[in-house]
Amino acid sequence: MGWFKRSPWVLHYNATSCNGCDIEVIVSLTPLYDLERFGIINTGNPKHADILAVTGSVNEKSRQVLLNLYEQMPNPKVVVAVGLCATSGCVFQDCYNVLGGVDKVLPVDVYVPGCAARPESIIDGILKACEILEEKYKLQKKQAASG
Amino acid sequence: MNVLIFLIVFPLVISLLALVLPRGFHIRKTIGTVANVVLCALPIYLLVTNLDQGPSYFRLESGFVDILIFLLEVLIAGYLIYLSVRAKRYLPVILVLIQMSIMIGFEFTYGHSIQVEHVLFMDKFSIIMALIVGIIGSAICLYGFGYMPEYHEHYPEVKDRRNYFGFLMYLFLSAMFGIIFSNNLLWLFFFWEVTTLCSFLLIGYRDDKASQDSAFRALNMNLIGGVVFAFGIVYLFVTTQTMELDKLLLLDQGAVLLPAVCFAFAGLAKSAQFPFSSWLTGAMVAPTPVSALLHSSTMVKAGVYLILRVSPVMDNTVAAQMLTLIGGVSFLVTALIAISQSNAKKVLAYSTISNLGLIVACAGVNTPAAVWSALLLIIFHAVAKSLLFLCVGIIEYKLGSRDIEDMDFLIMRLPKLTAVMMIGMAGMFLAPFGMIISKFVTLKAFVDGNPAMAIILAYGSAATIFFWTKWMGKIISIRHGEVEVVEHTVSTWEWITLGILAVATVAVCLAFPFISIHVIDPYIMELFNTAPVIDMFNVLVVFAIMFSLLIILPLGLLYYAFINKNYKRVGTYLGGGNVSNITFEGAMDATQPIQLKNYYLEKYFGEERLFYVGVFVSLTLIFIMFGVAAI
Amino acid sequence: MNTIHEIVLSWGVFERMLAFVLLAPLVGGLLAGIDRKVSARFQGRYGPPVLQPFYDAFKLFQKEKIIVNKFQDFNIVLFLMFTIFSGALFFAGADLLLTIFSLALAGTFFVLGGFCVGSPYSHLGAEREIIQQVAYEPMIILVAIGMYQVTGSFKVAVIAQYQLPLILYLPGVFAGFLYILTIKFRKSPFDLSMSHHAHQEIVRGLTTEFSGSTLALIEIAHWYENVLLLGMVYLFFGFNPWLAVFVALATYLFEIFIDMNYARFKWQLTFGSSWLFTAVAGVSNIIVLSLMR
Repeated sequence: MGWFKRSPWVLHYNATSCNGCDIEVIVSLTPLYDLERFGIINTGNPKHADILAVTGSVNEKSRQVLLNLYEQMPNPKVVVAVGLCATSGCVFQDCYNVLGGVDKVLPVDVYVPGCAARPESIIDGILKACEILEEKYKLQKKQAASG
Repeated sequence: MNVLIFLIVFPLVISLLALVLPRGFHIRKTIGTVANVVLCALPIYLLVTNLDQGPSYFRLESGFVDILIFLLEVLIAGYLIYLSVRAKRYLPVILVLIQMSIMIGFEFTYGHSIQVEHVLFMDKFSIIMALIVGIIGSAICLYGFGYMPEYHEHYPEVKDRRNYFGFLMYLFLSAMFGIIFSNNLLWLFFFWEVTTLCSFLLIGYRDDKASQDSAFRALNMNLIGGVVFAFGIVYLFVTTQTMELDKLLLLDQGAVLLPAVCFAFAGLAKSAQFPFSSWLTGAMVAPTPVSALLHSSTMVKAGVYLILRVSPVMDNTVAAQMLTLIGGVSFLVTALIAISQSNAKKVLAYSTISNLGLIVACAGVNTPAAVWSALLLIIFHAVAKSLLFLCVGIIEYKLGSRDIEDMDFLIMRLPKLTAVMMIGMAGMFLAPFGMIISKFVTLKAFVDGNPAMAIILAYGSAATIFFWTKWMGKIISIRHGEVEVVEHTVSTWEWITLGILAVATVAVCLAFPFISIHVIDPYIMELFNTAPVIDMFNVLVVFAIMFSLLIILPLGLLYYAFINKNYKRVGTYLGGGNVSNITFEGAMDATQPIQLKNYYLEKYFGEERLFYVGVFVSLTLIFIMFGVAAI
Repeated sequence: MNTIHEIVLSWGVFERMLAFVLLAPLVGGLLAGIDRKVSARFQGRYGPPVLQPFYDAFKLFQKEKIIVNKFQDFNIVLFLMFTIFSGALFFAGADLLLTIFSLALAGTFFVLGGFCVGSPYSHLGAEREIIQQVAYEPMIILVAIGMYQVTGSFKVAVIAQYQLPLILYLPGVFAGFLYILTIKFRKSPFDLSMSHHAHQEIVRGLTTEFSGSTLALIEIAHWYENVLLLGMVYLFFGFNPWLAVFVALATYLFEIFIDMNYARFKWQLTFGSSWLFTAVAGVSNIIVLSLMR
């Protein structure tokens, strides 16, 4: 039936972002874009979340936090890198104080480009993440059945 | 009747043995254990043989005993004066002198004309009290065998007077049986004063300043009660020539209202109701067996016992309404104060006063349902509260603290003890345990008799939920990692006692229909000629809950502990700042440990504010009560 | 329409309990879905589909099982069991006070679950949950007392079929009950311990450390409890069953309305105002009734 598609819960984390992409993420939940009509809830708790939406180019401190949060999320889970900084570091990629993108720390499933990423792209990315979530779940079930 | 006399005299003999036999004797513990078994068995024997009988009254050729009692009273008075003078406290001296002058004056003026028909008596209520004193009392003395050695290890500065301690404990048991079985009011008064003496000496066992202060405060307040008690006896005899409890109940209300109110007042003092509550909270400095025996399950129950005995006399008077309100105020205010206390023994003390207040209120309402629930409350409270005190005593040593805030992760450090404590705490306020049955019945009794009390009960029971639940939560918190388990050092004596009381808490709830039908209902029938009807469906529901808990809890715990393997263990959510299982990265890069503290709401329920409210209101009510009775 | 009523009345105790156990989660989930839809519409959004709570529950059951300690889920299982039991008791017509005490037992297990995980947010949520329980407990007992004073019985079966409108005798009690219903439904301004809205100052409060199927069980337990509470609202209007059902649903919508209009109160205000409102509305009603006898 695809329950993950119908009820994906998002954990949003800001890893050294300038807040531009964060605001766009929050905006997606407002009446103009209304993510909740897809059943998406912004939960602040990794244990309740399926999708980890990360903004910002990740430095050493947020690397630790990202790993902590990712570990506390139950499977199946996906990571969405929102914005160019999270994708690759953007203009900051050569700076000594950032790692340059979320995929340096976690396995990313969806990249949402833009600076700041537009709500439409973000919604598109989250919905794509839901598809991937379903696939991961099917894979997980198959592995559990055979293994 | 021989059983009754044996029950009074036998602990006295044991107490003398405890005092005299040298400490190293192993036979001491054997004698003690045998004595305890006897003290448990005899009340059960009484129960079984008297199931179908009404109250029994006994004559005794007691001239010699009367003189002996009088001499002993004088001796006790002299001893109290001596101790008080030595401690340079003069209020007790004044109170003792007033009391003794009343009694001596009375003896010499009227002594020869006192004719007592029945000296001892026994009815179902006495049997219930005897069971409580016998079983719980001996269980606690058993606990003392394991506890006192450890006490002296922990406090080497306290002079080891273990013989004296044992002597006082068994003397106290003897006096309690005396109170329960006496029909002669002079005898009752004597045993009452003996319990005051024992309480005073036991609280002061430690002999440091705090204990001395608490002991003298207890002495003063109980002496005030004693003076009024003495006055009541004298007034009663002078006006009606009666010296017997059962005859008191048959007399015309107008004549005996004032003595009855005096006796009720003495009972209020002994049960630490407002305005006398401070002696009980202060008495918590005593060793744990003292707190468990005297100050939660037996001596304070003697106070409500007396009030329940005389309350039929006060039926339908303003005085009874005042008594109800005093009980209600004590119940509500102490329940609220308990929320703000973090000292475990003080929480238990306030909870005790609270429950006693409820019993006093039931006595004041004095309908069949109310007295029925009062008896149930007495039974259930005695069992659960003594269990809790004993557990806290053990915790105090293993953790080095009696503060609830230090009891984190108790379930990891002392698993079996925590389980037993949870039973005790659940027994105090949760369905399906006894207290909830009692509260349930009490509420129904109040709604019919006195709706204001029902409202007070509604608020008060909400308050009790607060402090019990947060304590329960504190002791079952679990964390990752190893924690030192200290349980193996708990002595066998202590485990046996805890086991007995824990089983009793559950058993008494399961046996409740039996107790109600065979023991409590007959007593109510004798008093009121009707008995409240219990709804069998409700009883079935309570049983269903109890049995399902008894089955599901162990099975579930086993399942989750051993069988359920399909999980991944992660840390708690700390905003992603987990450093290890018990620390996190806080401000300024500092690694901080997780600390969880409870709410105490001192600003709202602090002892200072509420205590004065309680004292003021209760003093007013007492004055009205006496005023109405004297007119 | 009336045949439904006749059928329900003819059921015995066991059938009622079974009906409750099977149907209440469906009704409760639907109510939760309607809640989200209506809230969204209040905010000018479209909102999720009405069946969304069921989708959430199914999804949660499919998640991997992660725990903080081995026994936390047991508390929630007991919470669910006793909530179901309380509701079953209520709809079987048993004693109202016993139902309330059974519900209190269930609530205690919920709180203990929050305490046993040893996490700061969970701990705070549990403390606040206790404060919430203490805030509403007097009023709920007063509801039972009030109903007893009017009908002469504590049994739900008797109260539900009482021919006179209880609401006429118990207006104050009903007002007090509505006030604390906001607490029990976990709606703003009283949703201190765990909120169904987006995460707030203590993250997810009591439910922070629960995930997957355990979280779904908490939700389902709340559905059962909501149906039970609406049943209690029904009792006030029991003289006319269809009016009572209508009022129960209207109460639910009213609570959603309050939810949308208020921000969360501090616990001091929650606690104080609940006890005060209970005293003013509930206690005065009880006293008037007792003087009328």
